[in-house]
Amino acid sequence: MKLELRKRESISRRAAIVVPLASFGVSLLFGAILLIVSGANPLQTYAAMAGGAFGSVNGLTEVLVKSIPLILTGLGVALAFRMRFWNIGAEGQLTMGAVAAAGVALFWSQGMPAWTILPLSLLAGCIAGAVWAGVPAILKAFLNVDETLTTLMLNYVAVLYSEHLYYVAWRAPNYNSGTERIPEFAWLPRIAGRAHAGIFIGLAIAVLLWAVFRYTRWGFELKIIGANPTAARYLGISIARNIVVTLLVSGAISGLAGAGEVLGLTRRLQQGISVGYGYTAIIIAWMAQLNPLGVVLVAFLMAALAVGGDQIQMRMRLPASVGVVLQGMLLIPMLAGSIFREYSLHVSRARNQESRIENREDTDRQEDDAVDGEAAETGGANGSSRSRGTGGAAGTLRSGGTEGSAGSLRSGGTGGSA
Amino acid sequence: MIDTLALLTSILTITLRAGASLIYGAIGETYTERSGILNLGVEGMMLMGAVTAFATAYYSGSVWLGLLVAMGVGATLAALHAFLTVTMRANQVVSGLSITLFGTGLASFLGERLGPASNNFNLVGMVGPRFSPIEIPGLSEIPVLGAFFKQDLLTYALFLLVPLAWAYLYKTRNGLNLRAVGESPQTADAMGIDVIRTRYRYTIVGGMLVGLGGAHLSLAYAPGWSENITGGRGWIVIALVIFAMWNPARAVLGAVLFGGINAVQFRLQAGGATTIPSAYLNMLPYLVTIAVLIAMTWWEALSHRIGAPAALGTPYTREDK
Amino acid sequence: MTARITQPTVSPPVLQMRSITKRFPGVLANDRVDLDLYAGEVLALLGENGAGKSTLMNILAGLYRPDAGEILIQGRPAEIHAPRDAAAFGIGMVHQNFMLVPTMTVAQNIVLGIADLAFVPDLGAIETRIRELSDRYGLKVDPRAYIWQLGVGEQQRVEILKLIYRGADIVILDEPTAVLTPQEAQDLGRILAVMQAEGKSIVFITHKMAEVIAFSDRVCVLRQGRVVATKRTADTNPRELARLMVGREVLFRLDKRPAQPGDPVLTLEAVHANNDKGLPALRDVSLQARQGEILGIAGVAGNGQQELAEVVTGLRPIKRGKLLINQRDLTHCTSLEAIHAGVSHIPADRVGMGSVGDMPVADNIVMKAYRMPPLARQGVLNRRRILDFARALIDVFQIATPTPQTHVKFLSGGNIQKTILAREIDACTDLLVAVYPSRGLDVGATEAVRRRLLEQRDEGRAVLLVSEDLDELRTVADRIAVLYEGRVMGVVNAEEADVETLGLMMAGASDPVIGDAAADPGTEGGRTQ
Repeated sequence: MKLELRKRESISRRAAIVVPLASFGVSLLFGAILLIVSGANPLQTYAAMAGGAFGSVNGLTEVLVKSIPLILTGLGVALAFRMRFWNIGAEGQLTMGAVAAAGVALFWSQGMPAWTILPLSLLAGCIAGAVWAGVPAILKAFLNVDETLTTLMLNYVAVLYSEHLYYVAWRAPNYNSGTERIPEFAWLPRIAGRAHAGIFIGLAIAVLLWAVFRYTRWGFELKIIGANPTAARYLGISIARNIVVTLLVSGAISGLAGAGEVLGLTRRLQQGISVGYGYTAIIIAWMAQLNPLGVVLVAFLMAALAVGGDQIQMRMRLPASVGVVLQGMLLIPMLAGSIFREYSLHVSRARNQESRIENREDTDRQEDDAVDGEAAETGGANGSSRSRGTGGAAGTLRSGGTEGSAGSLRSGGTGGSA
Repeated sequence: MIDTLALLTSILTITLRAGASLIYGAIGETYTERSGILNLGVEGMMLMGAVTAFATAYYSGSVWLGLLVAMGVGATLAALHAFLTVTMRANQVVSGLSITLFGTGLASFLGERLGPASNNFNLVGMVGPRFSPIEIPGLSEIPVLGAFFKQDLLTYALFLLVPLAWAYLYKTRNGLNLRAVGESPQTADAMGIDVIRTRYRYTIVGGMLVGLGGAHLSLAYAPGWSENITGGRGWIVIALVIFAMWNPARAVLGAVLFGGINAVQFRLQAGGATTIPSAYLNMLPYLVTIAVLIAMTWWEALSHRIGAPAALGTPYTREDK
Repeated sequence: MTARITQPTVSPPVLQMRSITKRFPGVLANDRVDLDLYAGEVLALLGENGAGKSTLMNILAGLYRPDAGEILIQGRPAEIHAPRDAAAFGIGMVHQNFMLVPTMTVAQNIVLGIADLAFVPDLGAIETRIRELSDRYGLKVDPRAYIWQLGVGEQQRVEILKLIYRGADIVILDEPTAVLTPQEAQDLGRILAVMQAEGKSIVFITHKMAEVIAFSDRVCVLRQGRVVATKRTADTNPRELARLMVGREVLFRLDKRPAQPGDPVLTLEAVHANNDKGLPALRDVSLQARQGEILGIAGVAGNGQQELAEVVTGLRPIKRGKLLINQRDLTHCTSLEAIHAGVSHIPADRVGMGSVGDMPVADNIVMKAYRMPPLARQGVLNRRRILDFARALIDVFQIATPTPQTHVKFLSGGNIQKTILAREIDACTDLLVAVYPSRGLDVGATEAVRRRLLEQRDEGRAVLLVSEDLDELRTVADRIAVLYEGRVMGVVNAEEADVETLGLMMAGASDPVIGDAAADPGTEGGRTQ
């Protein structure tokens, strides 16, 4: 018996849905092993996690609370990833957003009309996040400096800076780690429990981005840049300008997440603002396959995992990091599975069977499909490719076949290096 | 004068000690990237190496067993990365990130789970066996250069490993094959070199060395376990590889630079001789990394030199080229 | 050179391929192919692009695994699973795209991957041996040079040396003359003769009849994955071979009306530009292309053609000199400005540059028109109009795609090229730059491409056609400029150009016999008509 990957004739849409779901299952399975090894009953633990997250109004609103920054940073990361700009600095952008929003809310309230402070603080958060993402963007756009490292290094800088502020520079006199509370007129209103109006901002941005990706020139150009930057350059699309503009927006959205945390949740700059949402955002964006609406869904799920993790720490004395481990585990089966979008897995028993299949022409090519089984969906594509031999024009087209495409890819190799 | 020499010696001593884990990591990552595989999982692998090395040494009493386990763990995570990127052709950036996220989470879970019951299963704050500095009589008394002879065994091992790693890459058949796979996998394949196997092999070897780097942190440099013991060293390793232009010998220079920053920072804070807030001092390594990257990229652009293996980051398949 | 006579039937074949079948998604590349090869013979494997020649030889070289069939070497079944197995059986192949590592030296490349190479190779001894071999076979090359420093012809010599060094007895050459001047091709013939005299068997892949006659003892013709004939070269003629290859009587004739040149569209004045390595790639290039004419650019690959196309389309900065489009100075234009000036570009690299494989055919077709109404207004795309627009062009250009939403990477090479043609020709208003537009396409698709180019010319546009195929240039272009090391060696009228003269110019001889077609190529570019 031998396993073999075969290239599909078109992208499988089903795999795009099945694979994330399967990844979630695999991740839970792996977590179960880990729990058993560390002496806990996985079923009980998972039940406790689910109960903690969804079993009470309080739990649900807490899930909402955590999903706000996750949705926003997830969207920011997805936007940058869309053009294959590896912005892994959402954590720093969020932190700087929180710093700027707190700064404006704390120190501008004297000179300005009270009603302006909330919008100004939110705006300050956006700008700070944008600047924090803009620096790596400019370095990438004009000097081609690797962005994974610069965005990541700036995370450390941002977190150290915010620590300096709430431990030293802005520390409230009778507080160990935190500033004064920000004035009430600068608060984001709460809607349920601790969940605040930031959720509406997140949802609105998600819908907006979805429309941008689908219906605008900008979204179209981002996709081209992400899929083939050389082609983008050739098509007259300015990559440098798009990198800068896109990253300013991406950073602003993550900055908004930080502003929301300060203005809606903690109401002061304090420890616990930078708790890794910006990293979870990477998992969210990729799990959602960079689809903004998918981001909302996955962010909610990740928030539930985090809340559930907190709950089992209290109830079962297990480390809360179980939730983090499960989150971290999610991407791995997801990555392993993404190949099935373009390839299908075939199981064949012996070599002579292969040659048998082969003599029967194309008609039952799908027969030995194991994973595939989606004849209905790919049927259209296969149908027309099967009929290739018949038409007059199609005859010539077919003979343009593989050797032709191999040849042109080859020339791709030489042409690209020239 | 004597004081200045003593100060220099002590700074260099700390520099080397702080740089050792970076050198292990950088050699490992250099080998991985030379095969065409970009592994951004270094930070997670280092953390996992550190926690497992310490836990193993703590319970077994053997630092050597700790090293072995850390190498095994590094190799396992690297093998996972190789599986995802080579066999399943997943995006290398995202796969590396996921290894880092997963490794970070699992390391912190293990740190809260592997400790003794008396400490609520927490490893933080436990004291275990370690590699202590060994002063070589005579040599260690030389001013300044004596710093090279007041190191722990793992750092001494580098005196051997660095030249070997360099010679292997540039002077041997295997090194030739490895470089060919990273530069032009099509060519390597047509010349009878197994691209898939080579990529697996050196990704795993790289993971072992990165795991060792992590073990050096928890067994020698800062013995014990704390949640964020690497402090981004895994990422600095990746920057070092770029700085060294994928040459294991040149990575030493970079590691000394970053170790030196650590040492200076350490001296300034310990001496209390500065009014600069510690947060700003702590930012230094990260800001210097960015500065170094900018300088290197600029220099490459000006000199039309590209240090990176040409096929870095691209999967290879034979039939549907 | 005439065909050499051997007695192939006396000794058993050194190599037999039996009923080889290889399938790629959607295409049967080899269909029960049988092939014999005898010691000391040159076998030409003839077929048009896409006939399955390279696939068959890649199977022999261990790069592809056949779906069915068997290979016998010296009469015994041989399992070739990987290139290393092929090497062990003494099979070596010079691929069309050279298999060399640019950052390594000639010597390192030659010994790369040899199974019993010493752990620490003695490069001094290796270099000495390479020098010996290169003297013996007349393959001049410096073993210490880096590959990136070598020209294409030298790289090919390294490839051949590599096979000799490894002691290959069965040597496969995939379209070896494509990168050579006609004179260099004759040198190659001499090298083959030396190898043949030593008893090596050679398979020579080509689609050019003249080479079959000049170089081979026997010829095997492939068509659509099947062997249609195997003949002794002495017993056949070009006309019969052409018929076998294409499957019908070929009268390759385009309806080419005389050109009606108008005002100059493209003017280059003493242009200098660098390549990616920062070295001079274009030196003092002056050319002019006018409305209603096709200016062909000939030259061996790597002599500045690529850079010329990039300069004209705004993709490469000009160091010195001037670029005018319709008399407007666009010397320092961006690619977007060039597009707005009416310049279209069919790039050499269809997959890497010309198309986006991970996006639908429809999107690829509108990648230039999407900026303008009616497809977009105020930055918002009209998806329905885009689809209609794409459907119409898919129809006109006969792009075979299951749906407009199919991702381009699932199309065949010919259809990818048609997708690019559709987009570029639709967007073209003044100048069409076509780089190797028919490379790797079969006869049908090639004809379609050439017809489109002539159509553009007849509609009054200027066409800059870069090609390495002299026959193509002579049939399609009106004037031909020859580039050598980034310089224009001369411009000749296509009707008066003969292969010999062009070949000499491609090798660096400036204006050998006739050079008066464009006495002063810079300013008086097209006075000849």
